[in-house]
Amino acid sequence: MNAGPVLPGRDDDPDRLYTITGGRSRAPENAFDLVTLIVAERQPAPGMQSEHVRILRMCEAPTAVVEVAAELSLPISVVRILLGDLLESGAVTARHPRFAPNKARLPDLDTLKQVLHGLQRL
Amino acid sequence: MASNGSDLSASTALQDVRPAGRTPLRATADNALKIVVVGGFGVGKTTLVGSVSEIRPLNTEEVMTRAGEGIDPAGSWGKRSTTVAFDFGRITLSERQVLYLFGAPGQERFWFLWDRLFSGALGAVVLVDTRRLEESWYAIDRLEHHGTPFIVARNNFGEPGHTLEQVREALDLPPEVPLVDCDARDRESGKRVLIELVHHLATLAGADAAALAEPGTPVGPAAVGEFGMPVGPAAAAAPGAPDAINEESTP
Repeated sequence: MNAGPVLPGRDDDPDRLYTITGGRSRAPENAFDLVTLIVAERQPAPGMQSEHVRILRMCEAPTAVVEVAAELSLPISVVRILLGDLLESGAVTARHPRFAPNKARLPDLDTLKQVLHGLQRL
Repeated sequence: MASNGSDLSASTALQDVRPAGRTPLRATADNALKIVVVGGFGVGKTTLVGSVSEIRPLNTEEVMTRAGEGIDPAGSWGKRSTTVAFDFGRITLSERQVLYLFGAPGQERFWFLWDRLFSGALGAVVLVDTRRLEESWYAIDRLEHHGTPFIVARNNFGEPGHTLEQVREALDLPPEVPLVDCDARDRESGKRVLIELVHHLATLAGADAAALAEPGTPVGPAAVGEFGMPVGPAAAAAPGAPDAINEESTP
């Protein structure tokens, strides 16, 4: 049906994205930042959706949401929905970014120091 | 027959030597930070991200519905939606901290996604090509609008046709916004751009050089002590760096 010029998934047609998310097109907006680190807390269970299985395998080490999306070749919002399922069932935990911009949107000095020293070691 | 898959070596002298597979983060990683590199098509965003990244730049995308809310009647993926693709790389800063670098297009539709994707970014680098400066105006305007701190880096292909002062004037850049030259292909140069951004953030936060170079830092004070320190001394600090890492990992 949708042969339009803009497809939401890189390799996927909209029907497939629709299936993957069980028809949901709205991501839990605040649950995951682009760089929230996802950690698998259990092994994939038999009968699990294949995308969930891949996420659990990938997240044996902490993996940012954006890396999960790149690896699965799925749009961020679709990945957020999938991660929401896994978080809800306790299959993954999320390590959210701690940096919360202050009023002037500036990071604290401690964060800046750590970034600076990390960059200087490059 | 070439071993190690380098049979294309002649044409790929600059080929990425980083492993193609996934490189997992440390198990201790628990806090990720964001810096965004914004620029027009072909200005070298991916190159800059790639030159400093510990992984090969990856690409991903986000879908935006026309409504702008990310809400569509169920089942209408693909209708009235538009896609914005961006690249990213990462730098492990310490046992716990990791920095993600995003190369993002500066075009108009992208900015609808800024808050959704890049809120909480430490800051941004606007990468400009002097042949197409006008492409940067919009990005600079939007960053100012969003209140995101930024610096501007000119990606210097070949010999510069303009001085940085001329570029500053053409961009109508306020004097407090740093403008630097860089070679996006060069790791040291890319690193210097990011360090410049961090210094700018510190300045905005009201800190001075001494505050950034904390006394307890195990790196030589002469190497890291000053703002605006040219890259030479900063590079000279590198030999001391592994010690700093070891100290953390082997208490």
